[in-house]
Amino acid sequence: MNATTAAVPQTSSGISNAKLGVWLFLASEIMLFSTLFTTYIVLRLSATSWPWGWTALNVPLGTLNTAILITSSVTIVMAYARAYDRDVAGFRKWMALTLALSACFLVVKAFEYGHEFSLGIGPSTSVFYAVYFTMTGLHGLHIVGGIIVNSGLLYMSYRKDCWEDPLFLGRVEGAGLYWHFVDIVWIFLFPALYLL
Amino acid sequence: MSQSHADSHGHGHAQSFLRRYVFSVDHKVIGLQYLFASMFFLLSGFALMMLMRWQLAFPGQAIPFFGRLFPADLAPNGVMSGEFYNALGAMHGTIMIFLGIVPMGVAAFGNYVLPLQIGAPDMAFPRLNMASFWLFLPGGALMLGSFFLPGGAAQSGWTSYPPLSVINPGQTVWLLAMVLLITSSLLGSINFLVTTANLRAPGMSLMRMPVFVWGEVVASVLLLLAFPPLEGAAILQLMDRVAHTSFYMPKDLVILGSHYAGSGGGQPLLWQHLFWFLAHPEVYVLVLPPMGIVAEIIANNTRKPLHGYTTMVLSMLSIGVMSLIVWAHHMFISGMSPALSNFFLVTTMIISVPSVALMTCLVFSLKGASIRYSVPMLFALGFIPLFAIGGLTGLPLGLTVTDIYLHDTYYVIGHFHFVVVTGSVIALFGGVYHWFPKWFGRKMNDTLGQIHFWGSVICMVGIFLPMLPMGLAGASRRLYDPTAQMHNLIVQPLNVVSTMFTYGLALFQIPFLWNFFHSIFRGEKTVENPWQATTLEWACPSPPPHGNFEKTPRVYRDPYEYSAPGRKTDYWPQNEPA
Amino acid sequence: MNNYGWGLPIRASSFAGQIDFGILLIHAAMALIFVLWGVFFAYLLVRYRRRAGTPAQREEHHASSQGGFWANNAGELKSLMPDVLVMLFEIALIVFYAFPVWRSIKMSPPDPKDADVVVEVTAEQFAWDVRYPGPDGKFGRAKPELVHFSNPLGLDRTDPAAADDIFVANELHLPVGKKTLIRLRSKDVVHDFFVPEFRLKQDAVPGLEIPMWVVPTRIGHYELACAQLCGFGHSLMRGDVYVESPEDFQKWLASRAALKPAPPSASNNSGGF
Repeated sequence: MNATTAAVPQTSSGISNAKLGVWLFLASEIMLFSTLFTTYIVLRLSATSWPWGWTALNVPLGTLNTAILITSSVTIVMAYARAYDRDVAGFRKWMALTLALSACFLVVKAFEYGHEFSLGIGPSTSVFYAVYFTMTGLHGLHIVGGIIVNSGLLYMSYRKDCWEDPLFLGRVEGAGLYWHFVDIVWIFLFPALYLL
Repeated sequence: MSQSHADSHGHGHAQSFLRRYVFSVDHKVIGLQYLFASMFFLLSGFALMMLMRWQLAFPGQAIPFFGRLFPADLAPNGVMSGEFYNALGAMHGTIMIFLGIVPMGVAAFGNYVLPLQIGAPDMAFPRLNMASFWLFLPGGALMLGSFFLPGGAAQSGWTSYPPLSVINPGQTVWLLAMVLLITSSLLGSINFLVTTANLRAPGMSLMRMPVFVWGEVVASVLLLLAFPPLEGAAILQLMDRVAHTSFYMPKDLVILGSHYAGSGGGQPLLWQHLFWFLAHPEVYVLVLPPMGIVAEIIANNTRKPLHGYTTMVLSMLSIGVMSLIVWAHHMFISGMSPALSNFFLVTTMIISVPSVALMTCLVFSLKGASIRYSVPMLFALGFIPLFAIGGLTGLPLGLTVTDIYLHDTYYVIGHFHFVVVTGSVIALFGGVYHWFPKWFGRKMNDTLGQIHFWGSVICMVGIFLPMLPMGLAGASRRLYDPTAQMHNLIVQPLNVVSTMFTYGLALFQIPFLWNFFHSIFRGEKTVENPWQATTLEWACPSPPPHGNFEKTPRVYRDPYEYSAPGRKTDYWPQNEPA
Repeated sequence: MNNYGWGLPIRASSFAGQIDFGILLIHAAMALIFVLWGVFFAYLLVRYRRRAGTPAQREEHHASSQGGFWANNAGELKSLMPDVLVMLFEIALIVFYAFPVWRSIKMSPPDPKDADVVVEVTAEQFAWDVRYPGPDGKFGRAKPELVHFSNPLGLDRTDPAAADDIFVANELHLPVGKKTLIRLRSKDVVHDFFVPEFRLKQDAVPGLEIPMWVVPTRIGHYELACAQLCGFGHSLMRGDVYVESPEDFQKWLASRAALKPAPPSASNNSGGF
C-alpha cells in the first residue's frame, strides 16, 4: 500500500464509497440490460420468422468493434495501473488511447447505422431491427457516457491538486469497472444479434 | 471518519442562499426539500381524486364551481369528459405513488433521519443526493405539467398497458417523466445503501440499527433492482410511440376501423410482466419505510424495547427477496399461461408469512408497555388495525380462484388504498409529528393533531370501506360512468358515500396544514430530546447543525433500551456510556 | 332486473358456486382473524395505558449462553403461533381449493369437438363482436383489410366457411346447461370479458386467442361488461347475455342464419364503433 490509498477515509464496510457505489450502480445496469435481453428472447421465441443475424447485419464490422472494445478494456486497466504508480504521463497516454478506441467504436457503429438507413431499414422495419437498434443504441449511449467520464478524468489529471486527492484513484477504478461492464454487455450483444 | 468529504462541501456560514437552500448538498436540507415537494404532490394527487369522485358519485352532472374553470375539450359545460376522467385517473395513481408517497417515505424521511440514526455526518455522496432531488423535481413538474401540454396528460392508467398506451395521447411525456424519476430514484437508493454500509458510527453494528433504517435499506435494494426493468420497459414503449417499433404491438391491429401500420410481432403481455416486476416490489417500497416509522414511534411511546427486533429485521429482508418473485399475481387473468399462476399463487402466500410476523411483532410490543398516547402514537396505533384490513383483503385477491371474480373490481381499489392510505400515509403523518421537533426545534400543536388524526382516520375508512361491498357486487374500477353498467346501479349510493367522505378528508387536512406551517415559525420550542428517545438522531441539537454531531457518537447498545432495570430514567440512549 | 344486490350477484354458471364458496370462506376467516386480533389489541391499549408509578415491563431476555435457541427465544416464537395458523390455513386453501378449482376453470378448456357450442367473441373499442360458426360448424376466413363498420370482423364472405357465419354485435346467446367454448380475441387494445353472474372474467389480448368455457345454469338476461381500461368509452362497452333453453337458442340461431349478410361494400373503410 502506498500513501495514496492509506489516506482514503475509513468506512464501516472497509470498501470505499466510490467502489461500493459503482458496484451498486452496475447491479442496476445489469437489471436494465437483462430486461432488454429478456425482451429479445421472448420476442424471438414467439416470432413467426426471425432472420439469422449474419444475413441481416455486417459481421466483419461487428467483429472489428468487438476487438476495439476488448482492446480498450486492456488500455483502461493500463491507465489505472499507471495511476496507481502515480505515473502521470503514463496515465494520460493510456487514457487517451482508451478514448481514441471508444471513438473508433462509435464511428464504426455510425457506418453500420448509416448503411442500414440508406437501405431504408429502421427500427420500425421488423421486431428484429427494433431489438437491434434499441439494444445497440442504448449500449452506444453507455459508451458516450463512458467517454464523458473518461475525458473528465483525463482533464482532471492536468490539474495539480488532483494527484493529491486521495479519492482520484478510486474514481479511476470506478470508471474502469464501468468501462468493463459496457464491454461485457457488448460481448453478449455481439453474438446474440450478429451471430445467432 | 470520512472527514475529507465533510470538508469538501464547505461550511455553512459563507454559503449563498442559493447554495444553502436551493442547490444544497446537506442531507437535512435535501430531506426537507423532498418533504415539501412530496407534500405538494400528495395534495395535487388528492385534488385530482376529488374531481374524479364527483364524476363517480354524480355522473354527468357539472362539477360545481371548478367545472367552469376547465377548457371546453376537457369538461364541456363543466361536465368532465371520458378522456379527462381517464387522464385524472392515470395521473392520480402516478402522482400518489411515484411523486407522493415514495419520495416522502423513502427520500424525505430517509434523507433527514437515516444519516442521523446511524450517526453519520451526511450522506455518502452529497452531490449525488442533490442531483437526485434535481432530477426528481423536473420529473414531477413535467408529470404534473403534462395536463397543460398539447395532447394532455397520459390517460392509460398508471399501469399504462399497451397497446392502449401506445395509441393514446399524452403518454410520451409520461414516459419521459418516468425516466427522470427512475434515474433520480436510482441515485437515491445507491446513496442510501452506501451510506448505511459505510458511514455508521463506531459501535453501530447492523443489528443495532433502528428498524426504520432497515426499512430504508430493503426499500433501496428493491428500487435499485426492480426499477431498471421498468426503465427498460419504458424505453421500449417510448420506441413504440416515437420510432414506431412494435415491441408491444402484435400483427394486424385494427384500431377504430383502420389497420395499424406497424411491423407487428410484439407482445402486449411483455409490458405487463416488466411493469409488475417493478410495481409489486414498489408496494413494499411504499410500505416498509412507513412500517419502520411505526416501529420507531411504538418503541418510543410504549417505553419498552420492541417485541422481536430480530424477527422484524428478518421479516423485512425475506419480504424484500420474495417480493421480486410475486409480480404475476397481478396477472392471473391477463391471458398468460394459467399454469404459471399456480407458481405465483404459492409465492404470494409465502410472502404473507413474514408480513403477518411484522404485524404480530408490532401488536405484541404493546404488551407490558406504559403507553403514552402522544399524537404520533395515535397514528402508529391507527396504522395497525387499518393496515391489517389492507393485508387481509389481499387474501382473496392473491388467491387465483377468487381473483377471477374480484380482479379489477372496486375490491382491489379498496384493498390497496387500505394498504397505502390507512397504512403508509397514516404512518407518514405520524412520522411528521414525531420528527417535527427534530426538523424545526419546535413542536406541533397536540389538540390540532388529535383533530387531524380522528377526522382523517374516520374519513379514510368512510372512503375505502364502501369499496369492498361495491367490489363484491361486481362494480369494475376505472369506469368513467359507473351507472352505464346495470350491475353497478344498486351499489351506486356507496359511491356517493365515498365521495362525501373524500371531501370530509380534505377538510380535515386544513388543521394539519395550518398546524404544520404555523408551528414551523410559532410552535412551542422544545428541548433537544422531547420524546425522551434512545436513538441517535436525538443525540444532536434540534435542528442539527451542518455536519450533525459535534463529535462522532459512539454506540454502546441496542436501539430501543427503554425501562432498563436499575436506571433512574426510563430510557438509555444508544450513545450514552454505561 | 333483480340479478344484483348489495352482495354477490346471483349465480348463473356451473362454477359460480365454487368461486363463491372461496369468497365466503375467506371473508369468514378474515372476519375471525380481524375480530380476534382487534379484541386483543383493544385489551392491550386499555390494560397498558400509562399510569403513574407503573413502569413498563420489559420482556425476559435470556443470555445467549444458556438454554439454546428455542428456550432463549421462547417468547418471540410463541407470539408467532398465529402466523403459523394463518400459514396452515393458506396451505390448505391452496392445496384443497385453489389448485383443483383453478385447474377446472382456467386450465382445462374443452376441445372444440367436445363443446356443445363454440362461439368467438372479439373485443374492440368499444363493442363486443360475437360470431357463431353457422350450420357448417366452421369459422370462416377473416382479413384485417376487409374490416368495415358494416363488417367489423373483416369476414371474407367469398370463403364458403365464412359465408354462413352468424355475426351479432353486443349480444351473446347461450343455451342453458350446455358446455360453451368461448374463443376470446381482441382487435385493438386489451379488454376484459366479464359476466358477473357467471363469475367469469378474462382479459382479451390482441394477438392471442384465449379459450375459456362456461356452462350456464340459469335462464335469464345478464350483462357482459368490459373490465379492463380500454379508452375513453370504456364504461360504455357493454353487451347483453341471453341464456335460453336449447330450443329457444336453436330458434334464435335459425332466425339469424336466415338474414342474408350485407354484400361486401367498396366504400370507405373508416368508422369503427
